[in-house]
Amino acid sequence: MQQLADSLLQTGFLQGVPTEAGYALVIAFFAFVLLNFIMLIAGVTSWLERRVWARIQSRVGPNRVGPQGVIQWLADGIKNIMKEDIVPAEADRPLFKAAPYLAMMGFFATFAVIPFGDGLVVADLNVGVLYITAVTALVVVGILMAGWASNNKWALLGGIRSAAQIISYEIPAGIAVITVVLFTGSLSMQTIIRAQGWAPWDWFLFANPFLCIASFIFFVSALAEGNRTPFDLPEAESELVAGAFTEYSGLRNLLFFLVEWGNLYVIGALYTTMFLGGWQIPPITEQPVIQGALQFATFFAKSYFLVFVAMWIRGTLPRVRVDQLMTLCWKYLVPITFANLIGAMIWFVLFPNGLAIMRFAMFALGVAVTIYFFSRILFHLRRARPRLRLNPIS
Amino acid sequence: MIYAALFYLIAGLTVFCALGVALSRNVVYSAFFLMGALLGAAGLYGFLLADFVAVVQILVYVGGILVLTLFAIMLTHQIAEVEVSNRSVGRLPAAILVIVTGVGMGLAIFRAPWHTAPSGEPPPTTYGIGEAFLGPYLLPFELASVVLLTALIGAIVLSRRELRD
Repeated sequence: MQQLADSLLQTGFLQGVPTEAGYALVIAFFAFVLLNFIMLIAGVTSWLERRVWARIQSRVGPNRVGPQGVIQWLADGIKNIMKEDIVPAEADRPLFKAAPYLAMMGFFATFAVIPFGDGLVVADLNVGVLYITAVTALVVVGILMAGWASNNKWALLGGIRSAAQIISYEIPAGIAVITVVLFTGSLSMQTIIRAQGWAPWDWFLFANPFLCIASFIFFVSALAEGNRTPFDLPEAESELVAGAFTEYSGLRNLLFFLVEWGNLYVIGALYTTMFLGGWQIPPITEQPVIQGALQFATFFAKSYFLVFVAMWIRGTLPRVRVDQLMTLCWKYLVPITFANLIGAMIWFVLFPNGLAIMRFAMFALGVAVTIYFFSRILFHLRRARPRLRLNPIS
Repeated sequence: MIYAALFYLIAGLTVFCALGVALSRNVVYSAFFLMGALLGAAGLYGFLLADFVAVVQILVYVGGILVLTLFAIMLTHQIAEVEVSNRSVGRLPAAILVIVTGVGMGLAIFRAPWHTAPSGEPPPTTYGIGEAFLGPYLLPFELASVVLLTALIGAIVLSRRELRD
């Protein structure tokens, strides 16, 4: 980004502006563009989630506003903006009002390092992956603040659950990230992507068994950290009304949900970066603009596929209990990740340059599992079809 | 100019939040001010081009320790109404302590030879830190881990009822 800023300062329309002011302008511009991009993503995700979820549960879902209901999220947003912003009389006013912004800040800051393409990244920090893990902590503090400031039992319980959950699952997620970092030797998002190739067998997901296990652990832990079903205990409707967000209304409530939907995309982007080869595309064109667009499309498609998987999981699995949540983390995921890390270290010492046969074997295994999965689904669909014939007259 | 303004903004925020931690009557407010102070410190590390330390500061202190502190505060019954103040130390000893510490820190600030960090793209620091931890500073590093492990085991022993009885 600095190169872009420099070139704009020297030749573009920012010519003559003092260097620092120029940088500040470029940063502000990028922040503006990213914020709008995020709003768009979070909004569309909210609509898509409701549609996908409805499809899974044999309902229709929102399909009235626009074709197939694609601008339902705009209608919801306008509705929420126009609603009254209620602060409970007994609530802690300043903290109650500040909490959604804190959560929003922690989530928005992650987008600074997400690499949408070879040069399409706001800041390729040397500590990119660690940075994302660190700033998402602000979301927890925001939720805790909301829970406490609401002065409501359910909200407080939701906030505390959220804190316990996120702190616990940060450990397996962090160790899974370290497993990847072990093979790249860098924490920078772009370096991690460049260490992989465009072909699926060059992805870290299939590089060796340990990275494959790490990828699954990372996905589960990231879902738990993002408060997603089956780990959405902080806002469990059946137990806690709406958890930490019980007392919120209007725009502030919407902000929390924007964070949730947007976080889903961050999880997908992080997973794509670390295990699915990021923006890598086959070398088919030299044109920088087309290349950039293709890279962006690749990255977006991969990360959005993971968003879809998370929706799918949400529609399929029931919510876990608190004790099950903690058991899963501390008794299973943490020991498994540590053993996995040691295994990865041994693998790295044995084969510092990777093992081509293993890569292809893992890829073949992945393809086989996918084919088996879809064949099972087709089998069950075929078996279920005759029973669904409900018209007795014909 | 903007760079300097940013620095003073972040430094001012850090000091303001630190004062908030010390002077706030409500312990929950203190905890949230502490977050501001820790974030400000991370920002200052960023100004020193210590990106790794800055990020670890947020990861460990805001993501771990602060959240645990909030957790403990919120689980304590009606902690917001508790009058938090230390009555065992009077005003005079406290004032003496403040003056002595203040003068000592002031002397340290004005006497220390300050280095100015070069501006521009920060060089990768993680590699050097890793080499230092596993090379010349291996023993202190491992000792720190042992201390932390001891503290962990101590906490478990103290909190488990069946072991205490």
